[in-house]
Amino acid sequence: MMATLYQERKMAIPEMHPEHQDYWDAAAEGRLLIKYCKSCEQYHYYPRNICIFCMSDETVWKEATGTGIIYTFSIMRRAKPAPYAIAYVELDEGPKMMTNIVDCDLDSLEIGQKVKLVFKQTGDADNLGPYVPCFTPV
Amino acid sequence: MSIKGRAFIAGAYEHPLRLIEIQSVAAIHAECAKGALKDAGLTLKDVDGYFCASDAPGGALSMVDYLGLNVRHIDSTETGGSSYIVHISHAAQAIAAGKCNVALITMGGRPRAEGKSGVKPKKVTPNIPEVPFEQPYAPTAVNEYAMVAKLHMHKYGTTSEQLAWVKVAASYHAQYNPNARLKDVVTVGDVLTSPMISDPLHLLDCCVVSDGGGAIVVVNPEIAKKLDRPLIQISGAGESPQGPMGGKMDMTYTAAVHSGKAAFKEAGLTPDDIKYASIYDSFTITVIMQLEDLGFCEKGEGGKFVAEGNLISGKGKLPVNTDGGGLSNNHPTSRGGITKLIEAVRQLRGEAHPEVQVEDCDVALVNGIGGGLGSRHCSATLIMERV
Repeated sequence: MMATLYQERKMAIPEMHPEHQDYWDAAAEGRLLIKYCKSCEQYHYYPRNICIFCMSDETVWKEATGTGIIYTFSIMRRAKPAPYAIAYVELDEGPKMMTNIVDCDLDSLEIGQKVKLVFKQTGDADNLGPYVPCFTPV
Repeated sequence: MSIKGRAFIAGAYEHPLRLIEIQSVAAIHAECAKGALKDAGLTLKDVDGYFCASDAPGGALSMVDYLGLNVRHIDSTETGGSSYIVHISHAAQAIAAGKCNVALITMGGRPRAEGKSGVKPKKVTPNIPEVPFEQPYAPTAVNEYAMVAKLHMHKYGTTSEQLAWVKVAASYHAQYNPNARLKDVVTVGDVLTSPMISDPLHLLDCCVVSDGGGAIVVVNPEIAKKLDRPLIQISGAGESPQGPMGGKMDMTYTAAVHSGKAAFKEAGLTPDDIKYASIYDSFTITVIMQLEDLGFCEKGEGGKFVAEGNLISGKGKLPVNTDGGGLSNNHPTSRGGITKLIEAVRQLRGEAHPEVQVEDCDVALVNGIGGGLGSRHCSATLIMERV
């Protein structure tokens, strides 16, 4: 099979919600923050103020190690201008998160493959948005 | 309180067109409302409950006024394409509680006439909590379901050939439906050689995009018995929403595990009792997973079950989607729940096409998966009996 090399694409600029400022600030520095509940001692993603598992408001940001495995994925072949890989990555901390797999031959991806964080900037030259966490094979 | 025996389906109507350039969305709803009421032998003045989802332009307030209804109960529950199956259950509950006696459910839309498709990124409204953490990655209807299919293949060894059998069965049935969007019978090979949209889903693993609509009338037992229609009793229902659960999700099963269990319990029936099933076929994988999760086969055996030809009427163990389903007949405005209900009513009445009519069809199940199976979805199960 011919390779399907990742190509940069314009990613939609996310809507900013007030309780996520730390998340986006860290993303701009190349760090992924995920929420940890001090009460039930569990991580969750995407981030909430109040814990999804126990309703405690004692949630705090913790920096993810930035590695995980591909839980599942699909390559959108019909996308314009180029195919892209959507995926759920299971972080080493436990939660699975929606993401894109980037900077690789998309045809080489497999479920269970080890991946690491890489950040991509949303928007385009005329309208730059925040960086968002993506992953690439280790 | 159980809804079993407390409400009956008296009227059903499916818009005959699959491309509607001559009517507005509201006009489609009105034509379907009229068709279902006429089918029941009722009129506009008999309706005292109205149900619609987000396809109804302006919502229940605009539609009640547009249709000229005088109702004392409304419900706009929105669960994507399964909404109308939920509405039947809610209508039965409202009727059982005395909140209304004649409930009208309408749906309709014209994505083809308006140039919409399932491969474009989802349109989003502000303030939805997950959107900032998903939208940049360009989730679509197809690639979300494709991720679910990929995982099912990885865990259970399900193959593209097995997925294709769901489409083969749908196309076999659609050849007998003069209104079907796609009437050609296709082979496994046709599915596998159709263009890859989002792997592992090929073009022919995806439902059609169609304009259209439908309506259902649900009535209390006293009214049902006075009407000159077969008695189609609502026997059990279940609804279950499911999402990524803070990142703890297991995408190898659907919420049909829960909605199905509730519906079978309420009806006092088991999967072995079901003579015909309408199973939501947004994509081929959706059907395979529902069959497993409703208990028609073991978990992980759905691919094998469909590849034995079991969905084909007159040939297999469980005739499914004998109108051609969303894969070949109709998936009006990408919300297929209403057509699933309508074909089940036809089967129970003995009004399906003779080539696909299930013999002595007295118990039917309808299951819908609305929303995105790869993110947030709602499974709705309904069990009906001809009594």
